[in-house]
Amino acid sequence: MYSKERSSSFFATTVEWLAAAWLVLAALPAFGQLQIEIVDGVEGALPVAVVPFDVSAAQIPPESPVHEVIAADLRRSGLFAPLGVEEMIDRPTRPADVRFGAWRLLETDYLVLGRFVPAGDGIGGELQYHLVAVHSGRTLFSRAIPAGPGEFRLRAHQIADAVYEELTGTPGAFATRIAYVQVTGIGTDDERFELIVADSDGHNPQTIVRHSQPILSPSWAPDGRRLAYVSFATGRSNIVVQDIYTGQRETVSSDRGINGAPSFSPDGTELAMGLSRSGTPEIWVKNLESGRMDRLTDHWSINTEPAWSRDGRHLYFTSDRAGRPQIYRVRRDGRNVERITTEGEYNSRVSVDPYTGHLAMVHGNGADFRIATLDTETGRLRVLSDGRMDESPSFAPNGSMILYATREGERGVLAAVSADGRFRQRLVVSDGDVREPAWSPMIR
Amino acid sequence: MKPAVRLMMALVLALVLAACARETRDEVPDEPMPEDSTTQPTDPVETSRVDPADHADSRNLDNPDSLLSQREIYFEFDRSNVQQQYLPIIRAHAEYLRANPTARVLLEGHADERGSREYNLGLGERRGNAVLDLMLAEGASRGQIEVVSYGEERPVCRQSSEACWERNRRVEIVYTAR
Repeated sequence: MYSKERSSSFFATTVEWLAAAWLVLAALPAFGQLQIEIVDGVEGALPVAVVPFDVSAAQIPPESPVHEVIAADLRRSGLFAPLGVEEMIDRPTRPADVRFGAWRLLETDYLVLGRFVPAGDGIGGELQYHLVAVHSGRTLFSRAIPAGPGEFRLRAHQIADAVYEELTGTPGAFATRIAYVQVTGIGTDDERFELIVADSDGHNPQTIVRHSQPILSPSWAPDGRRLAYVSFATGRSNIVVQDIYTGQRETVSSDRGINGAPSFSPDGTELAMGLSRSGTPEIWVKNLESGRMDRLTDHWSINTEPAWSRDGRHLYFTSDRAGRPQIYRVRRDGRNVERITTEGEYNSRVSVDPYTGHLAMVHGNGADFRIATLDTETGRLRVLSDGRMDESPSFAPNGSMILYATREGERGVLAAVSADGRFRQRLVVSDGDVREPAWSPMIR
Repeated sequence: MKPAVRLMMALVLALVLAACARETRDEVPDEPMPEDSTTQPTDPVETSRVDPADHADSRNLDNPDSLLSQREIYFEFDRSNVQQQYLPIIRAHAEYLRANPTARVLLEGHADERGSREYNLGLGERRGNAVLDLMLAEGASRGQIEVVSYGEERPVCRQSSEACWERNRRVEIVYTAR
């Protein structure tokens, strides 16, 4: 039993390989972690209690209390209101130990319980966890997940994902990552641009690349291990694809003019870009295996910021061919360019909701630039943010939240808003500006 | 941009530029003629003095009295057309490039922080190209000029105000070889 668990918890499957790789990014710890502050809550958030897990059997204690990571994830979603530990009357770790009457008095709807059960050597083992409905007294699920030293935060995020999915019907996106650009020493000789990858809760920031010249537009490959971005390391814009685990880098476009706005196709084999090699920025697609280049647009205006439709058959992009920037859509074969946005004088930088296919974009109307969503079926545009210079929207892979860049005074910070606009939070780093967020795909 | 459109724009701009060049000359009638200094052999300092209007002379690149010392062209929000008042500066640099075939310039295009970064890269490049086209129309050769866009990534002013934004919407003329 023990050896079987060991072999299944290490390298046996891609999931486990990625989990192991999670710990060993080819990167340096970044200075200053994002702190997440919830701006406004949601009426009617679901009351849950994440009871402290019993991890006393772990010889090496978890790096953070498991229940705290789960509760923080659920709270950040805006859909749950976790009960404070100090208010808990009891610490059950198994459904059989739950005294339902007492929890009903606390008006808690659901309980998340669990404990660590060691394997033979006492170092590895598994987290057994349960979701219990208080009013019916039913156990909604009982599961186990392998957990070893250094893995507890990831496992806690995965447990939060399971709880979220069970109670909302949508997969959770807590066990994912975010990439962003942090700039320090702004305006000094020590100005530094860093591309950072952190867990979705801002924890564990790792610097993937650092340079005195600008870095922008990070874009994840669907495998969650490659990042494309724009680097000015040579003094000009180049597009680089980097493996975040091995650190291996490849320059995929360094033509004359602008090499910008990389975006991976849904199958990860192609990269769309905005390149001005022909004189003005046009949408190009490069096949990363064969190197073949296809040009999708041919217009004297600015054409950039391509974003793939979910089925890979269309690309949305920004063009000012009608005078001001608006969103257009073109077929992958370069035919049928059609205008998508009609409301507002400035619309740019689409992010496609991986769940519904709807769009988020930068929406400018007069003085302010805000994040808006566009329902591609009804054509309804909805402004979700309230900043003056909000930009770079990026959907969570489950479509629940949109991460974006905003300003607080002269400072660049990140913020997130739920896709329905009801819940907002800000992500602040202790030092410098943060910008250009990109939420990773699901890491499976 | 289609070559034909580009050529047409360059021609129109050349006409505007020529018209403007005449105006500028009319506005500064008191400017001393170069002959004046050379006809005063008594003063050696005077003879070596640089004529700020001599746009072929590399010393004027650092002479605050010369248009050649001005290296920034500013733009309106989300626009890339060169405004009238900057045409004499561009013409001066074009004259310098024409007179000094080994000279090289980099036209750095910039945008203010509003709007999205990648679109602003495009905007910065378009501004650089607008200056490039004017310089070519004035006789500089294509091989002497390069355009690079930094979009909104390299602001000179960092407050979020119109006073600051207008300084950031610019093309910088950077000499990589004099």
